[in-house]
Amino acid sequence: MSNTDIIIHDEKDNVGVVVIEKITPDQDCNCWIMENDKSVSIQSKDEIPLGHKIAMSDLNEGDTILKYGHDIGKVVKNIKKGEHVHVHNVKTKKW
Amino acid sequence: MEIPKSFLGYKRENGRAGTRNHVIILPVDDISNACAEAVANNIKGTIALPHSYGRLQFGADLELHFRTMIGTGKNPNVAAVIVVGIEPKWTKRIVDAIATTGKPVEGFSIEGVGDIDTIAKVSKKAQEFSMWASEKQREDCPMSDLWISVKCGESDTTSGLASNPTVGNLMDKLEPLGVHLCFGETSELTGAETVCEKRGKTPEAQAKFKKTWNDYNDFILKEATDDLSESQPTAGNIAGGLTTIEEKAFGNFQKIGGCQFIDVLEPAEEPTKGAGLYFMDTSSAAAECVTLQAAGGFNIHLFPTGQGNIIGNPIEPVIKLTANPLTAKAMSEHIDVDVSKILSREMNLSQAGDELIKSTLRVANGRLTCAEALGHKEFVMTKLYRSA
Repeated sequence: MSNTDIIIHDEKDNVGVVVIEKITPDQDCNCWIMENDKSVSIQSKDEIPLGHKIAMSDLNEGDTILKYGHDIGKVVKNIKKGEHVHVHNVKTKKW
Repeated sequence: MEIPKSFLGYKRENGRAGTRNHVIILPVDDISNACAEAVANNIKGTIALPHSYGRLQFGADLELHFRTMIGTGKNPNVAAVIVVGIEPKWTKRIVDAIATTGKPVEGFSIEGVGDIDTIAKVSKKAQEFSMWASEKQREDCPMSDLWISVKCGESDTTSGLASNPTVGNLMDKLEPLGVHLCFGETSELTGAETVCEKRGKTPEAQAKFKKTWNDYNDFILKEATDDLSESQPTAGNIAGGLTTIEEKAFGNFQKIGGCQFIDVLEPAEEPTKGAGLYFMDTSSAAAECVTLQAAGGFNIHLFPTGQGNIIGNPIEPVIKLTANPLTAKAMSEHIDVDVSKILSREMNLSQAGDELIKSTLRVANGRLTCAEALGHKEFVMTKLYRSA
């Protein structure tokens, strides 16, 4: 098994979580989808630390972020595939 | 792994079993702390449980205070109790309720006597209780004598990925053995509340959860001067990669595995519907939540953390686990179980669940938790509103 850099909870999710100390820009990363035990790959655009999220596809303002197969918030600034997803481009829908 | 059938616990007069054998000096109110602490300092084998409230409370807030005091005394991890209060009436109410368990309990009031003579009288009784309790032996107890509470803290995305699902795996494996289980954290289910509601085993349990969460949300909308985005997620959560309260909630929710809850408990309420999973309405502040769960009668606690929460409790041992390899290394003295190998896929969830079951039993049998060894004894009352 090749090393896993990113874990994705659910096949539907459009974000993955970095599980190594950090990934660097232009790094080719191995992703493991927990739900169905499949592997996919992605090239990162940003430096992303352990525990932080990466966009698995291009996302536009107003799009819903899916993690655990569930709605965890909305995109407030366009995000390209491979970019860091966090409080600078995603907000809660609760408030 | 074949799950052991029993652990070594202290059998109590009312049929429950403890994982610890504490003799506690319980102050009814803030001004009795000094006396309680002086006694615990005099008499080896006793601990004082100082706290900040107990005066001029009223209504539901006062009832919660009594429920927390009484539940703490009744907890099977406690062998014997001395209650010390400024006035005799409230002191007696707590003593009488704890006495229904059949365990040794005695009350003292300070008014008209003063601290020094009270300390002398209480110390004599505390010495008697401590020496009596020291002869108690651990005996074989069925797994169903374990009442396990859970709450996570300083969470990050590794909590939702691995340490919370490890607790969920343990729940899935232990629930069929007749263990009592409890999760709480009303606020931190925000975003996952409708998914959580559907986990109620009965329409009544679902409706009760919905009402509890709605009441909480109405309170937030009424009291908050701003939204909660400054405190939920916390700065620590955000540093760990958690972006929204919804993301935190779905991570939190992994702790119950595939279990369904059979009832919703008031804060510090003792479950009465038999073995299985309960939801307790609690704050998500770690020490408040665990204090309420201990008062509900739970005798061992599992606490997954991401960035490294360090909480303990005076009577309920708190076992910490983390899946964050940086936390496991940097804060190793606080971490009882390291499941970070899940992230590198050197360990699967079921193996991690087995490891957690083994550690839980070692602690149930008497091994000190990191928090106990480090002296963490956070005992924090939940206050519903200001006193009169």
